[in-house]
Amino acid sequence: MILSRSGYLIREGFRSIKTHAFMSFASVTIIMACLIIMGSVTLLSFNIDAMIQSLEDRNEVVAFVDEELTPDQAEALRPAVEAVPNVQEVFFMTREEAMDIFMGKYDAALMEGIDATVFRHRFIIHLNDIAQMAQTKSALENVEGIAKVKAHLEYASAFVTLRNIFTVVALVLTIILVLVSVFIMSNTIKLTTFGRREEIAIMKMVGATNSFIRLPFVVEGLVLGLLGGGLAFLVEWGLYTVLVRRVTGAVVGSVITETLLSFIPFSAIALPLLAAFLAIGIFVGVFGGVNAIRNYLKV
Amino acid sequence: MIRMKNVTEVYDSSDTVALDGIDLKIDEGEFVFLVGPSGSGKTTLMKLITGEVRPTNGTVIVNDFDMSKIRRRKLPKMRRTLGVVFQDYRLIDNMTVYDNVAFAMRVVGARNKDIRKRVPYVLELVGLEGREKRLPNELSGGEQQRVAIARALVNSPRMLVADEPTGNLDPVRSLELMLLFEKINEMGTTVLVVTHEKELVNALAKRVITIEDGHVISDGMDGYYSYDLE
Repeated sequence: MILSRSGYLIREGFRSIKTHAFMSFASVTIIMACLIIMGSVTLLSFNIDAMIQSLEDRNEVVAFVDEELTPDQAEALRPAVEAVPNVQEVFFMTREEAMDIFMGKYDAALMEGIDATVFRHRFIIHLNDIAQMAQTKSALENVEGIAKVKAHLEYASAFVTLRNIFTVVALVLTIILVLVSVFIMSNTIKLTTFGRREEIAIMKMVGATNSFIRLPFVVEGLVLGLLGGGLAFLVEWGLYTVLVRRVTGAVVGSVITETLLSFIPFSAIALPLLAAFLAIGIFVGVFGGVNAIRNYLKV
Repeated sequence: MIRMKNVTEVYDSSDTVALDGIDLKIDEGEFVFLVGPSGSGKTTLMKLITGEVRPTNGTVIVNDFDMSKIRRRKLPKMRRTLGVVFQDYRLIDNMTVYDNVAFAMRVVGARNKDIRKRVPYVLELVGLEGREKRLPNELSGGEQQRVAIARALVNSPRMLVADEPTGNLDPVRSLELMLLFEKINEMGTTVLVVTHEKELVNALAKRVITIEDGHVISDGMDGYYSYDLE
């Protein structure tokens, strides 16, 4: 009995999508539109965050070793440098290597007569969190054998501010979008169920339980939500691919492409995005549908 | 079966006293007309029976359910012992005649096998054989009301309650419908018909309860307005 009944109720859900085709279409479209807007903002924020992250990674601290130390003695300082809190990665560079890099940047003729002793052995250090660059800098300066530490504190604080502002903006934008979406969707679903007040009243009159009345709405919400979520994912996929291609295509070969515009490939985010879209779609569809008929059930 | 003892209904919104100290007894198997002018409290009485409103004071018992105390969750169970028919039929427009009737059985969890057996039988009982595949708006008013009656009867309720069932029908159709109610009553179902159609009530010569201004002013076998005010 249970089986034949739920079969009937599921069929009812599908029948209702068909008979209320326009309203179903409206619901799917609204769910889709809201998800695409929300998804785009999220993807944008992920990408900008990743770009800031990669810029941060390039922001290195250089610790110069005391001039008196031999290369071996200098390199022996590595464990002490690594032990400083917030240090992520340490590369050792001898003064000769440093000079080669320096000379490479400029015309060799200009640098004639310059000898490696002008340079010092050094550690190139990447940090975990550039917000704490100042503290790390002074901690490095206290390491025995380190003469001087060079860090671009002003860049660091700029990045930190940028990231903080961006996080807040993205968060606020997302919250506003979610609220607006929920509002629009719940109204659309209310509109779709308004015409069915009479039907629900009749069901109540012949002795239908609330769960019996609700189940077709749950099925309907589930199907429409899945549809909206799935379609939104496909559109988002297309949009993202086209946009990435356009942007990178426009500035290809320039410095910006190499340093700044490292987009997250869609394949890396496809699965979580699909899961999120379907989950939000189902939640909004089912919750919206059940919530919208709640008032009609009080007969 | 209906028992009402000292029932008062006051609507909060307007402070209107719709019913005032009603005592009423309707037994299994009876055929009763409930009559009275508009605004007398007939509709409120019906709503008490179907559980749409609760009594402000007093006791209402319908088919062994105490309507003054019944839990919301129990209402569906109670309503399955009742068949309700309205003036405006209240059919679902996009369902065929057959589905409108079968629907009431699905609601109570009937098996498909039983539905396929029972629905044609009830449709034949109300005189709608051959109309199964029609939609409500393809039928006449009288036929639509018969669909509503078939829907009310399909779960074999203990009592059939009809609120102005002939309000939208011409006199001939109205009489046919009353005769159908009489037939249903003879098969064992208690029937309560709310109406204000004097000729019909007098033609059938059944028990007539008259209410006016929220009071029962007469109850007997002697027709509409036995003590005629006119």
